[in-house]
Amino acid sequence: MRPATTYDPLLERAPVVLRDWLTGGLPGPARWLADSLITIAALLAVFGLLFAFLTLAERKILGRIQNRPGPNRTGWGGLLQPFADGIKMLTKEDIVPRAADPVLHFLAPVALIAFSILTFAVIPYGRDLVPVELDSSLLYFFAAGAATELAVFMAGWSSHNKFALLAAMRALAQLISYELPLLLSVVPVVLATGTLSATGVVAAQAGWKWDCLPRWVVFTPWGAAGFVIFMISALAESNRSPFDLPEAESELVAGHLTEYSGFKYALFFMAEYFGMCALSGMAVTLFLGGWRAPLPALEFIPSYAWFALKLLALLLGFIWIRATLPRLRIDQLTRLAWKFLLPLALVNLGTAAFWSLSAAWAGPFQLVRWAAALGLVVGPFLLLSRGLASGLAPRTYRYA
Amino acid sequence: MNAILILIALVTLGTAVAAMAGRDLLRSVLLLAGSWTGVAAFFLWAGAEFAAFAQVLVYVGAISMVVLFAVLLTRRAREEPARSPASRARACSGVLAGGAVAAVLLAAVARAPLAAAPGPAPAVTVSQLGGELMGPQAAALLVAGVLLTVALVGAVVLAAGDRPAKTEDAP
Repeated sequence: MRPATTYDPLLERAPVVLRDWLTGGLPGPARWLADSLITIAALLAVFGLLFAFLTLAERKILGRIQNRPGPNRTGWGGLLQPFADGIKMLTKEDIVPRAADPVLHFLAPVALIAFSILTFAVIPYGRDLVPVELDSSLLYFFAAGAATELAVFMAGWSSHNKFALLAAMRALAQLISYELPLLLSVVPVVLATGTLSATGVVAAQAGWKWDCLPRWVVFTPWGAAGFVIFMISALAESNRSPFDLPEAESELVAGHLTEYSGFKYALFFMAEYFGMCALSGMAVTLFLGGWRAPLPALEFIPSYAWFALKLLALLLGFIWIRATLPRLRIDQLTRLAWKFLLPLALVNLGTAAFWSLSAAWAGPFQLVRWAAALGLVVGPFLLLSRGLASGLAPRTYRYA
Repeated sequence: MNAILILIALVTLGTAVAAMAGRDLLRSVLLLAGSWTGVAAFFLWAGAEFAAFAQVLVYVGAISMVVLFAVLLTRRAREEPARSPASRARACSGVLAGGAVAAVLLAAVARAPLAAAPGPAPAVTVSQLGGELMGPQAAALLVAGVLLTVALVGAVVLAAGDRPAKTEDAP
C-alpha cells in the first residue's frame, strides 16, 4: 500500500480551512448552523454557475456540431449570454392559464427544483468535501431523484392542456420504465463494495494495480456494462435527448412546459440541468472512482478538481449525445427499457456476483475469470440486441 | 421533540383525510403522496433512516406513479367525479376487503407489545439490517416478493384480457 500523503495537504484542505477560518469564532450550535449554511450556499453557487455556463456550452457546442457559431453577441464571444437569458426570464410576465389548477401549477416547479437540489447533498465532491454523511446515502439519492418525476406529472396535469397532459403520461411511462435499470445497475456496485454509503463506495475504489491501473469499478467487466446501463438510464431519467419525449418540441409544442413562462420556465430548465449534474456526479462516484486521481503521480492535483474534471467530461458526453442521436418513439423507448436494459442489468448482477465470488482466483484462473465475465457481459448483449433489432434491420430503401 | 411529532402526525393524517374526502381522484393521489412523505418523515424522526428513504423511494417515487398511471388510463373524462358504487355486490365486496385489511392491521397493533416509555434507540446499521433481512427474516422477504409477483402477473392478465382478437392479421 502506498503512503497516502503524496497529495498537497494545504491545497487539498483549502475549502475546509477557509470555512473553519470564517466560522471558527462561533459557539457550538451556531457554528454548526453557519457551517451548514456555508455548505448550502457554496453548493448552490457552484452548481448555479455550472448550470449557467452549461447552457452556454450546450448552445455553443450544438452550434459548432451543426456548423453554425452559436450565441456570440453578448459579452466576449457570447460569454455573458446566460446572464442575459436570466434577466430576460426574470422580467417576463408569469402567465397562469385560467383553466389551470393554480396551486399545483405553482407547486410543480418548486417541488421539482427542491428535489433536484436535495440530491446534491450526499455526493462526495472531494476527500474532505461531503456535505452530508449518511449510512444509506445511495438510497437517499435515488429516493430524492425519484420524486422529481412526480413534479413533471404535476406540471403536465395542472396545466389543463392536451399537450401537457400527453407529456405527463409519457413522463410517467418513462419513469416506470427507466427507474428499474437505473437502480439495478447500481445494485452490483453495492454488492461488490458492501456498502450503501457514497463515501464507502469511493473508499472501496482506492489503490492501483501495478501502480498504474486504478481500481475503479468501471475497469471490471460488470462495472463497464453497469456504467453504460446507468448512463443510458440517467439520460432517460433527466429527460435528455434522445429520451426527451415529455417535451418533444416537434410533436407536443413544449410538453409539460407549454403553459409555463417567465421564471417558472427557467426553474424547469434549471432542474433538468441539476438532475443531469447530480446523476453524472453519482456516476462518477459509483463507477469512475469518485474524486480519486487516475495515476499516483497525479495525486498532487486536489481531489475536487478531479471530481470536476470527470463530471464535466460526462456532461459534455450528454451534450454530444444530444447533438448526435435522433429522438426515440414512445414504443421504442419502453421496448429498450423492458426488453433490453432490464434483462442486461439483471444478468449484470449475476456477473458481479460471479466476479466477487471468484476474487481469490490466481494465475491462469485469472484469465478464466476475465473470459467468463466478459462472456457474461457480451453474450447476453449480442443475443438481446439481435432480438431487439430483428425485423427492423437491415432495411432496403427501394426508392431512395 | 414532541411538537415535531405532532406536526408530522397532523400533516400525515390531514393529507390522508383530505385525500379520502376529495372528489378529484388525481388530487387525492397527490395528497396521498404527501401523506406517504409524512410517514417517511416519521421514520426519520424515529431514527430509522433506511426505512425513511425506502419509504420515499418506493411510495412517493414508484407507487404514486403506478396509481396515477392507473387513474389516467382508466378514466375517460377529466372532470368525471368518483361515483357511488355500481352495484350492491360491489359495495359489499369493497367493504369486506377493506374490513379484512383493517381487522388484520388492528389485530397486529393490538397484539404488539407497546412500551409505555420510550427506551434507548437501538443503533442499527444498514449492513446489520441487510443481514437480518437475508438471514432470519428471509422467509418474510420471500413471501412479500411472491405476493408482489402474483399481483404483477394478475395485473398483466387483467390488462391483456379484453383485447379484441386481431382477425385481419390472421393468415
